[in-house]
Amino acid sequence: MTPAPAVVPSASTKRELPKETLLEIHSLMLRARLLEERLIRMQKQGDGYFWIGGPGEEAFNVPLGVLVHKGQGPEYDYLHLHYRSNAVALAMGADAVDFMRQMKNTTSDPFSRGRNFAGHPSIRKWNLVPVSSPIEVQYAMAPGTAIANKRAGGRGISIVTGGDAGTAEGEFASCMIWSSRPGNELPVLMVVTNNQFGISTPARTQHGEQRISDRGKAFGIRTATIDGQDPESVYFALQEVMEYVRTEKKPYLLEIMVSRLYGHSSSSGANFVGDEHDCLPAFEKKLEERGYLSRKDADEMRAATTQEFLEAAKRVREEAMPTQEDAFTHVFEETNHVAWKKGN
Amino acid sequence: MATMVQAVRMALHVGEERLGVTDIFGEDVGAPLGGVFTATQGLKTTWNTPLDERGLIGTAIGLALAGQCPVAEIQFCDYAFNTIDLLKLAGGMAWSSGGEWNCPMVVMTPVGSGIHGSIYHSHSFDAQATRLPGWKVVMPSTPRDAYGLMLSAIADPNPVLVLIPKALMRVKNAPGEEIPGEPDERTLSKMIDAPIGDRSQWVPQWPATPDMMIPFGQARMVRTGEHVTVVCYGRMVRESVAAAETLAAEGISVEVIDLRSLHPYDWPTLSTSIRKTGRVLFVNEDTEITNFGEHLIRRTVEELFYELHAPPKLLAGAHLPGIGLADNLEKASVPQRDGIIDALRTLARHEP
Repeated sequence: MTPAPAVVPSASTKRELPKETLLEIHSLMLRARLLEERLIRMQKQGDGYFWIGGPGEEAFNVPLGVLVHKGQGPEYDYLHLHYRSNAVALAMGADAVDFMRQMKNTTSDPFSRGRNFAGHPSIRKWNLVPVSSPIEVQYAMAPGTAIANKRAGGRGISIVTGGDAGTAEGEFASCMIWSSRPGNELPVLMVVTNNQFGISTPARTQHGEQRISDRGKAFGIRTATIDGQDPESVYFALQEVMEYVRTEKKPYLLEIMVSRLYGHSSSSGANFVGDEHDCLPAFEKKLEERGYLSRKDADEMRAATTQEFLEAAKRVREEAMPTQEDAFTHVFEETNHVAWKKGN
Repeated sequence: MATMVQAVRMALHVGEERLGVTDIFGEDVGAPLGGVFTATQGLKTTWNTPLDERGLIGTAIGLALAGQCPVAEIQFCDYAFNTIDLLKLAGGMAWSSGGEWNCPMVVMTPVGSGIHGSIYHSHSFDAQATRLPGWKVVMPSTPRDAYGLMLSAIADPNPVLVLIPKALMRVKNAPGEEIPGEPDERTLSKMIDAPIGDRSQWVPQWPATPDMMIPFGQARMVRTGEHVTVVCYGRMVRESVAAAETLAAEGISVEVIDLRSLHPYDWPTLSTSIRKTGRVLFVNEDTEITNFGEHLIRRTVEELFYELHAPPKLLAGAHLPGIGLADNLEKASVPQRDGIIDALRTLARHEP
């Protein structure tokens, strides 16, 4: 069952992004892909215990990261991401090396100090709340940060992402219900990246609904299902949808059809899946056709970034690992780091 | 003489006025009802939620992470069991992020039996709660403690679970244990209890009460004694005190300690008392297998074994799926005063 993508109205029009923006998006997509491939290699070489990530979703993740209203506190966007979202953080400006540190579970891992799996970033200065492994719990939290967004009165919204299989969990319904309480609607952008699998189980064997986005309609939530393979059209769609959520202070449910290029995780081998559409070469072809990027330039970028990440991974290998004593820190905090007052 | 539910309400008011509480929310928590036990009547930041406990805890986490100061109520702890993984997540927010985030939220919920609550309004939650690393857990047995512990919960930068014994909601402060500034019973009721009938125009008059925080990790010595120690909390404190009074007539002197803060807990006070008496009974209502009292016994045996004059004992709820509605079913399921008296008497008379 591949639902025919419906598009948000303006995304279907032939608008083009400026060359600089497209090249920036391409550079970030390429870096995100090569980072995931380096993380996979690190895991396979014994420099990590588990890999999970989002290769195949870059055409959505990167535009999202670029469009985030980035900052700390409720006047900015909150991000409730899942474990296929490294590219979002990378596009926001995160250092690629930090993802390798999390893979190697070093003390220097700024996301979790060696405590969590790869693909589980946490960046408080950008309102990126800690990614956790249980699927869909982030959908229950998004209304909470969205209340704060609305209260702050700025342009900040709460963005929550998750996969298609996770929508079977109750929190998906919770998020729709809590975000659409009459008179108390909340600025929540719910995104479902639909790769049509839950680990090994095809969605069509478990889900009877034709489109996940249809579920929003029962709550009066605006919805769309779009194709997630072309970053340019995704950018326009996200921009339009985010503007709606920012200005109307109401929820939106966006379903995006994506690929899963290396399977579920290292548990399923993390090998390239040949029969899925790959957004990156398709985008490079588009840029070549517009005369923005040559094959040679793309190849050189790929080679240089591959080398950069290889060397970074070697350095990370030498960084300090947590001690046994480290396990006992930060169970309780003495100060309230997250306390927020307007003007802070 | 404030009742426990009035004490909670006054603490939440102080929380709103002086400690930055932004949201007091839950099922039926807002106007007009103000909570099924009326713990949230007349407060200004209350709101009603969908009947969705997972959404409730998730929203509290979101509010906390966004720098708000939420107090969420789960209407009965019997309905908190489906929130366990969200509670785990809140408790692990600081640790999982290596201390980058913290999650300052309060969850309050009525617990325990004693009101003929049948299978799903009688559960306890202390055994589950103390298995949630990263949470502080308190359980008051008096209105004054409910007031002071709630204020500490609100001020704490970590998630705090306030377990309120539902059978004690209407119990009044003992003389001498009033909350400073509380007026007499009739005056207080007129000031802060919502009127029967139309209350749409009603505005409460809050008495001036202080920021009297009761620190976590400090037990309350309810009654000193020489022969045997009983460590209890919540509703079992009153039962243990009554048992101690009965045994005093037999010449058995019982020391009663109200733990009130389950995590962190006051081991110095417990161990000092157990060293003195050499005999200890732990009492709580939760089911007996994998019970918090078992942890306290384990620590007692490991650290105080050679100072004990009798095997430490636990009196807890029977390992049954629920508390039956009929009187005899409830009596058979949770510790009763007679059982506490028997256990203390046996411990006091035990010869090594």
